[in-house]
Amino acid sequence: MTDKNKSALSSALNDGLNWVDARFPLTSNVKAHLTEYYAPKNFNFWYFFGSLALLVLVLQILTGIFLTMHYKPDADLAFGSVEYIMRDVPWGWLIRYMHSTGASMFFVVVYLHMFRGIIYGSYRTPRELIWLFGVAIFLVLMGEAFFGYLLPWGQMSYWGAQVIVNLFSAIPFIGPDVSEWLRGDYLVSDATLNRFFAFHVIALPFVLVGLVVAHLIALHEVGSNNPDGIEIKKLKDKKTGFPLDGIPFHPYYTVKDLVGVSVFLIVFSAIIFFAPEMGGYFLEANNFVPADPLKTPAHIAPVWYFTPYYSILRAVPPILNSQFPGVAAMGLSVVAFAFLPWLDKSPVKSIRYRGMLYKQWLVAFVISFLVLGYLGTVPSNIWGQFGAWMGGADRATVVARIFTVVYFLFFVLMPWYTKKDKTKPMPERVTG
Amino acid sequence: MSDNQNDNQQADSQKCECSQVDLDKRNFLIATSAVGALGCAAVAVPFVKSMTPSERAKAAGAPVEVDISKIEPGTMMTAEWRGQPVWIINRTDEMTAELAKHDDQLSDPASEVTSQQPEYCKNESRSLKPNLAVVVGICTHLGCSPSEKLQRGGDMGEGWTGGFFCPCHGSKFDLAGRVFKGSPAPINLVVPPHKYLSENLLLIGVDTEEKA
Repeated sequence: MTDKNKSALSSALNDGLNWVDARFPLTSNVKAHLTEYYAPKNFNFWYFFGSLALLVLVLQILTGIFLTMHYKPDADLAFGSVEYIMRDVPWGWLIRYMHSTGASMFFVVVYLHMFRGIIYGSYRTPRELIWLFGVAIFLVLMGEAFFGYLLPWGQMSYWGAQVIVNLFSAIPFIGPDVSEWLRGDYLVSDATLNRFFAFHVIALPFVLVGLVVAHLIALHEVGSNNPDGIEIKKLKDKKTGFPLDGIPFHPYYTVKDLVGVSVFLIVFSAIIFFAPEMGGYFLEANNFVPADPLKTPAHIAPVWYFTPYYSILRAVPPILNSQFPGVAAMGLSVVAFAFLPWLDKSPVKSIRYRGMLYKQWLVAFVISFLVLGYLGTVPSNIWGQFGAWMGGADRATVVARIFTVVYFLFFVLMPWYTKKDKTKPMPERVTG
Repeated sequence: MSDNQNDNQQADSQKCECSQVDLDKRNFLIATSAVGALGCAAVAVPFVKSMTPSERAKAAGAPVEVDISKIEPGTMMTAEWRGQPVWIINRTDEMTAELAKHDDQLSDPASEVTSQQPEYCKNESRSLKPNLAVVVGICTHLGCSPSEKLQRGGDMGEGWTGGFFCPCHGSKFDLAGRVFKGSPAPINLVVPPHKYLSENLLLIGVDTEEKA
């Protein structure tokens, strides 16, 4: 190419871009969200999970579209159509395993992303709305996972839905009507499957994408937090007006995130190809048996990502002939995250400058979450019973009760221990 | 020029200060908005209603007739009503005699929770006929279907006098569907509305006219 041709081409491209820019804010948006969006320069490992969550969302939507081309949302045909996808549709097994593994990996990534937000205080002022949008995303994601789990119409799908929809009947007065309305029948049936399909493939994905957009708009409005929990916008370059401790998202973090994506895809592929059922944790054995409304499997448990809350549900005993307290506790255990911005009274945001008191509570919370998560996957008589001195109570249930209390104390006592905590002074500039 | 501008500004600010709220217009806007909101709410009704059980689902939920002549004493059969298992248990005299003996171990021995049975079954045996129990075989905890353990002892241990055991979370029920203390299930199994059309014909889903 001669110089003359080159300049002709570039001016043609330039003209094209100008034509678009006069009609759509392309260049200004690319600048605002990528090339001139200044993110703190000290992002670490924990900052991979936001972009990975976005990646998994795209993967789930893509694989989901292709699954709907072969799946039949009909109680008589659903189970067979999933087996058809697995056996007869070319590469159907791969797409289905990508989707089922993607569901679990979505929660892995989101849990790590939330943990990042907690340890670095990313929910604190001025990022409360980012956090609230995030909690909403988490709730919708749980709904999405639950509705999707009914679709294969296996035993676990069926009885899982039966149990979860019945949770709503525990609500005083209106409960039974609400669960009948949700099911569209007097039991989980074809009507339920058909509407769960609609929720799973249309309603909730729309809401989810909308919330993700809101999450990002709010983030780009106030700017990202960082591992030091200090505001980089306080110190700006006098000439350019850009934060001294900031670097443009593109190319610096797009390249960094690509490394994260590569590593993630290695793990993701390894699971898809070598352990798609993940020993019963990602796909449960009972779900390879078609749904039977007259026979309950001997042990029913939700998929791993719901088990901490399920443990809390089981741990709370019925009060006054009502299981509502357990259901309320479970709901609260999820919604509790939304209150963090107002519960945390510490003068510092990041765990780097917090004292031992906070760290001990955080460790106690993480242990509770993991123990409850484990207990939710096993029957409550797994560790046998205590002797008569404890009224013969199941050991696992008593342990679950203790950790349920610790789980809630982390939130309830937060205003007290974050205020009392001996914090370290925060630096002026990020520390890398 | 500058005077002119000043005048204009003055006129503007005067206009702002003097301009009264046009109450007629405001009320009109409030009224139309309210009617609009009402219209939206009205349109939401069919959508919400469309999710309630359809006519077909209701028809499937219609009463079912069951021939009970073939249930041997001490055994049970399962009928399907609204897609749920309904147990019909033919209790022996020995079994019915047992019902009165373990009230202290039950959460609700006298069936005080009225939503769990029709008025005519709020009695010791929770049934119309002392020997024949009719209960919905769905655990009141979270909706699993308990397994039958009608006979004494067995894998349920020495003290077991017959009843049902839920495999999901270990709730135990006696032969009248009453829940044992210490079970996760909060209340007794449901007795569905039912009536006897004749000696051997049971209709599930319709209340009997008999008085309790």
